[in-house]
Amino acid sequence: MSGTPLLSIRDLSVSYREKDDWSRVVHGVSLDVHRGEVVALVGESGSGKTTTAQSVIGLLPGNGRIDQGEIRLDGTDISRWPSRRLDAIRGARISLIPQDPGSALNPIRTIGAQVGEILKIHGWRDKKAIASRVVELLARVGLTEPELRARQYPHELSGGMKQRVLIAIAVALQPELIVADEPTSGLDVTVQRRILDLIDELRLEFGTSVLLVTHDLGVAADRAGRLVVMQGGRIQEEGPTAALIAAPRSAYARRLLADAPSLDMTVRRQPRPEPIRERDEADDFAVIVEDLTHDFPLADGGTFRAVDGISFRLRRGTTHALVGESGSGKTTTIRSIVGFEKPTAGRILVDGTDIAALHRADLRRFRRKIQLVYQNPFASLDPRQNVFEIIEEPLLNFDKREKDERRRSVESLLDRVGLSRTLLGRAPHALSGGQRQRVAIARALVLEPQVLVLDEAVSALDVTVQAQVLKLLDELQRDLGLTYLFVSHDLAVVRQIADSVSVLHRGRQVESGPVEQIFHAPTSSYTRDLLAAIPGRTGVERARTLSPGSDR
Amino acid sequence: MSRYLISRIGQALVVLWAAFTLSFVLLQALPGDAVLIKFLNPDFGLSQEQIADIRASYGADRSVTAQYLHALGNVLSGDFGYSIQAGVPVRQLLAENLPATLRLACLAFLAAVVLAFAVTLLSTFATFAWLRSAIQVLPSLFISLPVFWLGIMLIQIFSFRLRLVSVINPGPWEALILPVATIAVPISAPLAQILMRNLDAVAHQPFVTVARAKGASRAFAFWRHVLRNALLPTLAIAGVLFGELLAGAVVTETVFGLNGIGALTHKAVGNQDAAVLQAVVLFCAVAFVVITLFVDLASPLLDPRLRSKTGAPA
Repeated sequence: MSGTPLLSIRDLSVSYREKDDWSRVVHGVSLDVHRGEVVALVGESGSGKTTTAQSVIGLLPGNGRIDQGEIRLDGTDISRWPSRRLDAIRGARISLIPQDPGSALNPIRTIGAQVGEILKIHGWRDKKAIASRVVELLARVGLTEPELRARQYPHELSGGMKQRVLIAIAVALQPELIVADEPTSGLDVTVQRRILDLIDELRLEFGTSVLLVTHDLGVAADRAGRLVVMQGGRIQEEGPTAALIAAPRSAYARRLLADAPSLDMTVRRQPRPEPIRERDEADDFAVIVEDLTHDFPLADGGTFRAVDGISFRLRRGTTHALVGESGSGKTTTIRSIVGFEKPTAGRILVDGTDIAALHRADLRRFRRKIQLVYQNPFASLDPRQNVFEIIEEPLLNFDKREKDERRRSVESLLDRVGLSRTLLGRAPHALSGGQRQRVAIARALVLEPQVLVLDEAVSALDVTVQAQVLKLLDELQRDLGLTYLFVSHDLAVVRQIADSVSVLHRGRQVESGPVEQIFHAPTSSYTRDLLAAIPGRTGVERARTLSPGSDR
Repeated sequence: MSRYLISRIGQALVVLWAAFTLSFVLLQALPGDAVLIKFLNPDFGLSQEQIADIRASYGADRSVTAQYLHALGNVLSGDFGYSIQAGVPVRQLLAENLPATLRLACLAFLAAVVLAFAVTLLSTFATFAWLRSAIQVLPSLFISLPVFWLGIMLIQIFSFRLRLVSVINPGPWEALILPVATIAVPISAPLAQILMRNLDAVAHQPFVTVARAKGASRAFAFWRHVLRNALLPTLAIAGVLFGELLAGAVVTETVFGLNGIGALTHKAVGNQDAAVLQAVVLFCAVAFVVITLFVDLASPLLDPRLRSKTGAPA
């Protein structure tokens, strides 16, 4: 449909105040969203995409201001409207689906009260009508037992259910525009797909336009008619999704496409050579897990089986991936392997030793062989230590070496992980996410372990940074002969780095085998669900049919 | 729930017993005792033998263990013994002094809450940024004022200079104004600090943004979503503040010459009147235990996350 676009942003610039300085984070952004259209605003953290979206709904943080430009809703510029006037259109004509459903609902008020509130704010007075509309909405977004849900509190619902509630709030008054700010980040892939399907379905039903803010090019490619790629507060490129993906014009969009694991299905990693021996010997494996079972006691006296009979073998110098969604038991499994938890049943051999038989001093020495890299590089580094102290600390715990020698080890590791020595004196907060994760990897390597357990180690990173860290891990494995246990919910990443995979679902191992077999011939229906939920497939298919020559 | 309550009451009894025993031991460890302090006074002109007889009549010559068991038995049967200094039952002393202190404490607590809210709201909603930051400094100032100094300053300023409040033969309510203010100011400070910090933290929570995105005005979002969430942690420090309240009462009643538990405690410490001190310690422990229990029982009513799980999905 041509004519006036529903949303038209013209030459928008936004600044944030820090102390007494204003720093501009959005520079002259212009874009249109037509009626019924989905436009995806794609970029990495710090690209200005969220700020742009917040400006549209008039909810910039307190230290933000619109310097110039127009935000026209159906032809009327609302960018200069006072907050009070915007209150009338927020919720009614423009609504928001926020990121992080975990903290987006008031913890001490019922679901029903929070959904009903938007109706109350916009003039509904009849309590019975509100209550029945709330139940209707909750049912519409696919929640079972909507009457019960209305009486429940947010902490009694799962992340996916909470996001459905937030969608119910967003569509309650059938707005013309929904701003969806990373609506599925932090959700499991299968849940993510169902949530995005729901948004699509409701959008079609109500004819709503969607401004979809996402860092995930795969999600954007699947769901949006048009893409707007942002970097450093500026639009790098925009265009119809299929055309942009098939033939990106800007260098930045090309890099983003190349780094997005979900879109690039070609395996760039050289698989590790198979041993020539005919029969496997126990010595070929760095870690052997046999029939691992772990029960947790419950408050009512019963037990909850978090891990139920998991077995796999980790061949030296290769990568085995544990894949599963939240609650699949992968965290408990790795905590048992590194010796933080005592399993209820089963056997774990690391480098030929049964860790159940180890006692305190032995367990400490054992920890040298196997080191962890955690998911969140922001939380796993002590903010009061500098880079040198962080990497040095494990050495101090184990052997008394001369200070010079320690410094040499730390410096050579810094070179190994591709960080400049000038960073040695820096505190973690002065580093980027990718640099921090490199520091965490260096800290794990300083004791020269045989096995690295990587717990969602690249999940919190932007795609280009993620690609660099994966490349680093690959090099380290080849050069040092390391063995990786790679834990992830992201199958696309797993395919790039792993040699073999175990798929976990509710504590059980539903599938295990070489990575290519799992991807091409999955035997369990759960694995097939997981594979189908990887975002970016439909978008890529569309692009490939559009320009067959561009298939790399 | 009832099982929880029973275990909590059991814990409370242990706490009370410990408070009683500890205070008994500490009082015994002090050199001298109340009988000696009172009757060694040369005005009585008593001989060593006579004092020894009096001590025997109070049971002060028996072994510590026997005294302890005797005192514990009496307390269990509701008998707190006699004040050696005043010569009346401790129970009577408590009954005479309790109402005045309760009135002072309740009014002071109320005033502290009002003051804390006023400071917090002004620091959040005041129109000018300089005014907001000026008000935000107040709690740190309040918390660092010593109670005795504040009391004397208030008398100096409001009674002697401005002559607004009379301190010589004041009316029953007039007499309370300055003592209440003296206790309220330092108690309001931690409340206001916690409230301000929580309001700021909660205001930046995503659910407040969601409420605003529904079209809620700033004020609506504040009253409906921010305030109640910010109030929850303040409840937890109520027990600690009650301790401050009692400490404040001791100083304030002394400075303002009021009768009450505070003044009674002050005198009893001076005279090593063990029975009175034991009773005051027990009274404070009971009050503490009751308030803490009340806070623990009230918290789940205000915060659904603290209620026991009702088959929620993981």
